[in-house]
Amino acid sequence: MADLKDVKPTVTVDARGTYCPGPLMELIKEMRQQPVGSIVELISGDAGSAKDVPEWLAKVHQEFMGVIEEQGYWRIFSKKVKDM
Amino acid sequence: MSKRVVVVGGGVGGTIIANLLAKKMRQELKKGELVIDVVSDKPEHLYQPGLLYVLFGLKQHEELVRNERDLLDPMVELHLHPAVKIDKDKNEVHLKNGAVLKYDIVVLATGCRPAPEMIKGLKEGGHWFYEYDACLKLRHELMNFKGGKIVLTIGMPHKCPVAPLEVSYMLDDWFRQRGVRDKVEYTYTYPIGRLHGLEPVAHFAAKTFPKHGIKSETLFNMKEVDVNKKTVTSLEGSTLNYDILITIPPHKGAQVIEDSGLGQNGFVPTDKFTLKMEGSNNVYVVGDTTNLPISKAGSTAHFESDIIVENICSELREGLTPFRYDGKVFCFIETGMSSATYIMFNYTTPPSPVTPSALIHWFKLTYNKVYWLTPKGIL
Repeated sequence: MADLKDVKPTVTVDARGTYCPGPLMELIKEMRQQPVGSIVELISGDAGSAKDVPEWLAKVHQEFMGVIEEQGYWRIFSKKVKDM
Repeated sequence: MSKRVVVVGGGVGGTIIANLLAKKMRQELKKGELVIDVVSDKPEHLYQPGLLYVLFGLKQHEELVRNERDLLDPMVELHLHPAVKIDKDKNEVHLKNGAVLKYDIVVLATGCRPAPEMIKGLKEGGHWFYEYDACLKLRHELMNFKGGKIVLTIGMPHKCPVAPLEVSYMLDDWFRQRGVRDKVEYTYTYPIGRLHGLEPVAHFAAKTFPKHGIKSETLFNMKEVDVNKKTVTSLEGSTLNYDILITIPPHKGAQVIEDSGLGQNGFVPTDKFTLKMEGSNNVYVVGDTTNLPISKAGSTAHFESDIIVENICSELREGLTPFRYDGKVFCFIETGMSSATYIMFNYTTPPSPVTPSALIHWFKLTYNKVYWLTPKGIL
């Protein structure tokens, strides 16, 4: 698999500095509206997202591609592998 | 040659912007140097937060609507024809009656609507209170309800993120007042792993739900509703039985936004500080129409409007747009039929709900009555 840093996301959701409705909710919204095959990059300033997102993806049988920790924020990559 | 600002949408954001701009730029309007247009697809302006009270018979339709023309400054021109196309390359708004409004600056204030059709079976099996007719239908269901299971589900995205909590607390109180609370099993579900997107509000709910006898299930995103079996199933694999399914349906933006290629599902990519459409210099976006990951609420539109008006005014007079939106939102939260709290936050400061009180509840009821000063640009 290609290095995560080289992945070109279909869409990037920057949820930093948002207190409502929260990074995971933004990801859920985006995953539902993007077509199968899309890669969604979620940028979150909340450390909890790096844990919440993979857990949710596992529950709904979508692919967690990985996370890149930057200074003070996290880039979390997900792939929509089936309809939802 | 005069400048023209076209506001597409006559909801709270669009109406405030047109009125405040007319007030601030009165001299230019009088001299014919500026024209302000509002395009709306309906003659009535609805105070949407009032629907929560309609559900309990505490508000009537006539208290929640005003004629949009009466709310607008007399110097603002109102076009009661839906916009069918917004051409940002030619700076034109096309109306259904064939008229074309050429603009210097356009404000997209087209809002969003519940779209239960996005979830299989939800439109047929669910009840919601975010639209007047649907709200009345749910009211009748609740009035005839003798007991059983009520499940509340929440789709993404949705407007007024505190309303699902408010209706839960209020229903608990209402059923107690009617003496049937012990016959009602009430389950509140939420899409993520806590009870609200705002962490402090989620803590507040976790602390108060047991006292109200409200059950909960988190990580619940609706997949489908089986109307015959009266079940709702989540993407996460959980199935709940219901007698009444109350839902906050997923929302969609306006069709004209999608048709004009301005944003997926009718939500426009927007700079969170300037509130301009990404990649555009003369397209502003307000309220529910933005794709910003912040509350879709009237108060958001209100605070954004102040910034947009200041920037439009400054841009037309000096060619500068110095003002920035800081993400400010203020929401009341009803915590029963006679108490409420509130939250206030922005991009950098999280909210902190205060101890609920009757005083805040009465403040909210008062605001419901004086709301009309807000779209007029007075409050």
